[in-house]
Amino acid sequence: MNLSVHLDATVNQTIVTETNEFHAIEAKSLNVFYGDFLAIRDVELDIQKQKITALIGPSGCGKSTVLRALNRMNDLIPIARTTGEVLFHGQNIYAEGVDPVEVRKRIGMVFQKPNPFPKTIYENIAWGAKINGFKGSKSEMDDLIERTLRDAALWEEVKDKLQDSGLSLSGGQQQRLCIARAIAVRPDIILMDEPCSALDPISTLKIEELMRDLSKNYTIIIVTHNMQQAARVSDFTAFFTLTEDRAGVLMEYGITNQLFTNPKQKITEDYITGRFG
Amino acid sequence: MTNSPSNPRNFSSPNDDDLTRKDSLFKDNLAQRHRRGIVWKVIFQISTVIGIIALSTLLIKILNDTMGYAAIEYKKDPSTISSSGLPLDEMTCSELRVILAENVTKNRLRTIEREKPMVERSQSECLDLVISEVAEPTVKKTWPLFASLFNYEEIQSIAAEEYPGGDLIFKVWLSRAFILSPQSDDPLKAGIRTAILGSIYIIIIVIIFAFPIGVAAAVYLEEYASQSRINQIIQTNINNLAGVPSIIYGMLGLALFVRYLEPLTSGAIFGSADPTTANGRTILSAGLTLALLILPVVIINGQESIRAVPNSLRQASYGMGATKWQTVWSHVLPNALPGILTGTILAVSRAFGETAPLVVVGAATFITFDPEGIFSKFTSVPIQIYQWTARPQDAFRNIAAAAIIVLLVLLLLLNAAAVFLRNRYSRRW
Repeated sequence: MNLSVHLDATVNQTIVTETNEFHAIEAKSLNVFYGDFLAIRDVELDIQKQKITALIGPSGCGKSTVLRALNRMNDLIPIARTTGEVLFHGQNIYAEGVDPVEVRKRIGMVFQKPNPFPKTIYENIAWGAKINGFKGSKSEMDDLIERTLRDAALWEEVKDKLQDSGLSLSGGQQQRLCIARAIAVRPDIILMDEPCSALDPISTLKIEELMRDLSKNYTIIIVTHNMQQAARVSDFTAFFTLTEDRAGVLMEYGITNQLFTNPKQKITEDYITGRFG
Repeated sequence: MTNSPSNPRNFSSPNDDDLTRKDSLFKDNLAQRHRRGIVWKVIFQISTVIGIIALSTLLIKILNDTMGYAAIEYKKDPSTISSSGLPLDEMTCSELRVILAENVTKNRLRTIEREKPMVERSQSECLDLVISEVAEPTVKKTWPLFASLFNYEEIQSIAAEEYPGGDLIFKVWLSRAFILSPQSDDPLKAGIRTAILGSIYIIIIVIIFAFPIGVAAAVYLEEYASQSRINQIIQTNINNLAGVPSIIYGMLGLALFVRYLEPLTSGAIFGSADPTTANGRTILSAGLTLALLILPVVIINGQESIRAVPNSLRQASYGMGATKWQTVWSHVLPNALPGILTGTILAVSRAFGETAPLVVVGAATFITFDPEGIFSKFTSVPIQIYQWTARPQDAFRNIAAAAIIVLLVLLLLLNAAAVFLRNRYSRRW
């Protein structure tokens, strides 16, 4: 594979590139290094507002790194270094003076393994609101929690045990609690890093339904290893792969249907038909 | 093919059997592997048994000294004290008071009345008072518990021969009176109250200083410090300090707290210096020295507890837009707290049993009054034990054993508190 193929891929993006106001977030020649190792190279990615975008690709191709670069979670890794720009509301989040805490408040995250806080279900959601300056009364907080849990399709299951530990829930419920926790702080974008990889098929289905619901109000970016999931749930798909020096690059990006039925690149076709990866 | 469970070799199919039998690269060594396992199991069991034997020997040895027969001689025979001929133990308290007034000086009587008026004392208290004040018993010889139980006749004949005027009584050295009495020159009167109070004061100072400083340092090193050269040097030094012998800390405490910071540790700058001590050898110095001693242990333990908090919790917190401080305060510390508390209590119980640094810092070996505050002279339970075991008389060995039991019980209480906290607050994630 050579660089010219990669450049073709960015040219092909024009199919989905619309005017700027439809973009929730844009990566411009994004590079991430771990020490001296270049993990992702020159990623150009414009994410559509209130759509679900899936990032797929073989293991180690840097999908998660791209995802975590979008809300500066990579800052928490001491050796990680990012160059290029990520534009959010026209503002480069890596610019001097931008507070990563503010970025992460506006761009929430759900992780691979369900990780509710070892607190009550109520506290799990209330905490995010409190730290972000929620000033309402107790009853307003109760309303917020009910609304959030309803949005996360969890209210009916937990309404009678809000004071139980979040850890007492099943894996799928825990993951929906994590999603509820993320939307409680009213972010613009929710990043999901393989949110279903630790869940059974039925829980996975519930989360996917929930994602479809949430995409009416939120922009969702999901990393997944499961191509059926990407095909089922996402509006747009970005396919990443590795170059010879093991740097991850964006190979192809387009409307999910088109990418799965009529991929422009040979390597994309090989991957989605299961010939490698 | 026979497939009886009693012969496991026949579990494999005939074909497999052929394969393994013909393959000369594998030899049939299952029996040998099992034998080796049994040998190691026996070695582990023997080690455990040796440990248990050593501990029980220690406990039995100590218990053996805490009670037994004691030969006691009196300066004045109790049976001749009473002028009326009535036995002492049938007299009322007021009658005993008359006897006391006849036999001791006015000053002494006034002191006794000031401690607790005679009218408020029970008959047995009055009796004990008369015996100790008038008859003035001294312990001549003591026998340990097992000898007392099994060789009573022999002990009786020795006592009758060597101390013809004396009494042979069965004395339980670890008693309520022992725990509640202050230090004394006479093993019959000596108690451990001043030492227990001293130890408690010291431990409170240790907790006040070592816990917040240790936890704060642990949080800094784990959550804030970068992997820079200087931080690595600090980390290495803390690890090494945890292994420095305690007497070195005693010398540091002597130089720093007792001598250099004397105005502070003696209370002089607060205007509350104890005129009888008027130097830095105070409870405050001792507490600060022991706090320094356990600080590295508290820090290292705190770091380990903080490191054990799963990273996924921190990520979840940051992912919601929490600052570092909010993450540490709301998630890291609450989840690390059971481990931090357990480790701190264990470190404190180590400080509780420390003797060497306190000897260097200048524990008073003979104080009969309770400490009044952090600027008082001090002694502690281990210091008292050390002191008593160094005395030549038999009876001091017995009260040392009693004091050891007191120390062990206090340490057990501390460790039980640690176990309780660990079980009460430990969480799953």
